Amino acid sequence: MTVTYEEALQRYEPVFGLETHVELGTRTKMFCGCGTAFGAEPNSQVCPVCLGLPGSLPVVNRVAIEYTIKIGLALNCTIASWCRFARKNYFYPDMPKNFQISQYDEPLCTDGYLDVAVGGKTVRVGIERVHLEEDTGKSLHIGGATGRIQGAEYSLVDYNRAGIPLVEIVTKPVPGTGLAAPEVARAYVTELRDVLRALGVSDVRMEEGSLRCDVNTSIAPRGSGEWGTRTETKNVNSLRSVERAVRSEITRQAAVLDSGGRVIQETRHFHEDTGVTTSGRSKEEAQDYRYFPEPDLVPVAPDDAWVKSIAASLPELPSARRARLIESWSLSELEFEALRNAGALDVVEATVARGASPADARKWWLGELARRANDAGTEVSSLPITPAQVARISELVAAGTLNDRLAREVIEGVLAGEGSPDDVVAARGLAVVSDDGALLAAVDAAIAGNPDVAARIRGGRVQAAGVLVGAVMKATRGKADAARVRELIMERVSS
Amino acid sequence: MKTAAELAAAVASGEVSAAEVTAAHLERIAAVDGQVRAFLHVAEDAAAQAEAIDGKRAAGEPLGPLAGVPVAVKDLFATVGMPTTCGSKILQGWLPPYESTVTRRLRDAGAVLIGKTNMDEFAMGSSTENSRFGPSRNPWDLGKVPGGSSGGSAAAVAAYEAPLALGTDTGGSIRQPAAVCGIVGTKPTYGGSSRYGVVAFASSLDTPGPFGRTVLDAALLHEAMSGHDPLDSTSIDAPVPPVVEAARHGDVAGLRIGVVTEFSGDGYQPGVMARFTEAVELLESLGAKVTEISCPHFKYALPAYYLIAPSEASSNLARFDGMRYGLRAGSGSAEEVMAQTRAAGFGAEVKRRIILGTYALSSGYYDAYYGKAQQVRTLIIQDFDAAFGQVDVLVSPVTPTTAFRLGERVDDPMAMYLADLCTIPADLAGNAAISVPCGLADEDGLPAGLQVMAPPLADDRLYRVAAAVEAAFTRRWGHPLLAEAKGLKGLSSQ
Amino acid sequence: MSITRDEVAHLARLSRLALSDEELDHLAPQLDQIISAVAQVQEVAADGIPPTSHATGLTNVFRDDEPAPCLPPADALSGAPAVESQRFKVPRILAEEP
Repeated sequence: MTVTYEEALQRYEPVFGLETHVELGTRTKMFCGCGTAFGAEPNSQVCPVCLGLPGSLPVVNRVAIEYTIKIGLALNCTIASWCRFARKNYFYPDMPKNFQISQYDEPLCTDGYLDVAVGGKTVRVGIERVHLEEDTGKSLHIGGATGRIQGAEYSLVDYNRAGIPLVEIVTKPVPGTGLAAPEVARAYVTELRDVLRALGVSDVRMEEGSLRCDVNTSIAPRGSGEWGTRTETKNVNSLRSVERAVRSEITRQAAVLDSGGRVIQETRHFHEDTGVTTSGRSKEEAQDYRYFPEPDLVPVAPDDAWVKSIAASLPELPSARRARLIESWSLSELEFEALRNAGALDVVEATVARGASPADARKWWLGELARRANDAGTEVSSLPITPAQVARISELVAAGTLNDRLAREVIEGVLAGEGSPDDVVAARGLAVVSDDGALLAAVDAAIAGNPDVAARIRGGRVQAAGVLVGAVMKATRGKADAARVRELIMERVSS
Repeated sequence: MKTAAELAAAVASGEVSAAEVTAAHLERIAAVDGQVRAFLHVAEDAAAQAEAIDGKRAAGEPLGPLAGVPVAVKDLFATVGMPTTCGSKILQGWLPPYESTVTRRLRDAGAVLIGKTNMDEFAMGSSTENSRFGPSRNPWDLGKVPGGSSGGSAAAVAAYEAPLALGTDTGGSIRQPAAVCGIVGTKPTYGGSSRYGVVAFASSLDTPGPFGRTVLDAALLHEAMSGHDPLDSTSIDAPVPPVVEAARHGDVAGLRIGVVTEFSGDGYQPGVMARFTEAVELLESLGAKVTEISCPHFKYALPAYYLIAPSEASSNLARFDGMRYGLRAGSGSAEEVMAQTRAAGFGAEVKRRIILGTYALSSGYYDAYYGKAQQVRTLIIQDFDAAFGQVDVLVSPVTPTTAFRLGERVDDPMAMYLADLCTIPADLAGNAAISVPCGLADEDGLPAGLQVMAPPLADDRLYRVAAAVEAAFTRRWGHPLLAEAKGLKGLSSQ
Repeated sequence: MSITRDEVAHLARLSRLALSDEELDHLAPQLDQIISAVAQVQEVAADGIPPTSHATGLTNVFRDDEPAPCLPPADALSGAPAVESQRFKVPRILAEEP
């Protein structure tokens, strides 16, 4: 029995939670001095420690602790004054020691929140904990049809990734979002990603695996006051997938409950191509990880002075920047969202810093430049034009040297590598013709060439002047100031 | 055979070459190790190592404090160029691609690493009978055990196959073999010597330490191997206590010595207790102030240890699964191959402790077993703190009996565990402790050891006491204790 | 009885030890005896006593985020029972990562 998402939300209330793993951008691994570069030859960034060779011992990377505290502070968490690492014991070939050094009941950061703007409203997503652990190696499964475990004959393991510092950020359950649950989930991951990027602690590329999400979803009948059984969905590899996975799980669980079944607590796998989840492993019998404090590491006890100095080094966070720009540029929420979604915040701010008005800066970056970026299949920030150059173009328009049409030509020239805006104006001869003398010739020619139009204008149909303006613009190849042309036409037609 | 101190001096002065010293010891190994079975591997490059030392001396380069002195290495230290088996089939033939910090320091000190010695598998045992390659034998009586888990190292030193040897002590694995082999063995302060490259048994307890025939020899090795290591997070960043200095100046006048009340009574061999009592009387006669100190929680040390150590071990040994190195056995899926590899690769005691540790850490049992054991550990530390508030060192027998017969306790794990009764508390607390010979038991003519325990970082205190005891007893006996080893006389030549 | 043969079998599976029936027959009673003995720790009244996980009292031991030499791939893979494409070749894995 199928049910649509909207139908499901009429009868059920969703609750979701997110577990996000972030690979920290430290130079070296969590417990050893191996490099962390992405894409190195297999097993070329390993040592006795991250290979878990007998006799090897871990030593904590100070910067990883610092980055984690930074993340905790940015998420309004309490930073532990004393905490320990713990061993999470289970057998799996991509884990060299068959235990993962992680944190269990003493995470470094707890009890915070992240405010997320969705459709003009703010949702406060609670943060349960932020803790540090080590990443595992990567396996290639050979012989099966899909490259997944099912049907594979054997696997090939590369431990380059093993030991890279991983921060796990777990939200508290998020109820009360109703129909917007998928959007809120996506918005949370987006905002979190932006916070992490602003902090400079990770390059947060979901496509490279430095930001990974698992989504927990449950539903319960409306008004029941209870929470349903939740499932965990893995393999959610993009922001869009976060949204689709929540949506698909809610819909699937509703169908199960509607038909009288019960939702099984399990791990599910999200499929990009179909947009649905399939059953992975049953979580009915919870895995016993036999956690105990890591005996090879001593406790981490960040003192007040250290935490304060980290707090003082925090950059402006996305939410603060948002509030500041909305206020100082008098933007609506939606206008801000447009800027943010286009990835244009930095370039627009830089353009304003160079003297352009916020309105002009936004107009150029979200209009002409966004269009060109789209055509080139790239981001606005990657275009070969600088905020300073855009500000100069805006300045030239304001001064009347350029009109919008000419400005667009200048942009084209700069993007083509012809030089600075001034270089392009000079080389291509793009300045607005402001010399009345030159214009008069064109105006007179237009009047002479369109006597019937001229007559109508004399007769009172002032709008007809538009035709003559057009003719003059054409004759001057757009380099005239249209308003001045109109003035001259009106003067000359009656003389 | 000269002591390590004598050999180091002789090589340094040129009286004898490092090559001669090594050759003599290799000959001794060839002559007796067929019977003693201390070694699992003799270094193929031992002569070359010695020649290099001689070359340095000839070139006028500075020599390290142990230049030319052969050292036998317990087979759980990672050594490049020599296999590291940990006495287990699961690592048979494994050649580590890296070196342990301690062995590297010894190489830098000029020592000749002459071979890898036999041990109970993964350091679990008190007799070397858990070695998957056959037990070592006590040079005093080849039908008796040399103790464990560092039995091979103790036997090698006692049989004059090497003047010095490295061991590790987790529950008594240096002190107990030292005691039953009639030599000196020290468990340094936990964290005093680096565990990097030492295959882990119980991480919070494992302590690499020295064996020597004399107190000074043990001190020389202790000093050369110790010190802070940035590769070991649990390593103490403090100067090595002045153990060599202390060993040269044995003196107990005015020292306050506490006899642990709990370490006596039933289960203690009368001959062992008699020698212990004499040692205490000797200390008194040398000017020490002796009192009795009760450490009421020490009687829970054994059960606490047999929860904490197997728990940590069950996790430490999980990496041996046939995927990356060592034995791979069986067929089927990765899960099946792991299980079959471990079943084939591990011996019975290791399996027992892995299961015990898995149990103690299981959800539902953690609080009552592992958690409780860690609380007992705190109470034992408190007992020590209280005791050291009143005395400078604590003394006790090292182990309740002399060396038992090969095969006697092999089928009775609990009986085997009792060998660690007196040694375990110092491991749980991380304290320093030493075993120094204090005579032969009347019943069987086998050696007994005096255990001295000191607070963390007071390792020098151990050597001060041990040196005084050694000097006084040697005067009384007229010769070092080892001269009485009948078993040694049975071992050909020298 | 502190622990049954079935429980021992379960623990063996958890710790990836493929024990034979004979081994189980032999080990189970020994483990039962050992567990009864170590359960002695429960006699100790320890309310309010903090557990000791580290005896040294050390805290905050760190390393700088500076690269150190790593192993050449040949060394990393030395000792591997099977290698393919410079990776560790392992038998087919049945279950997904927990």
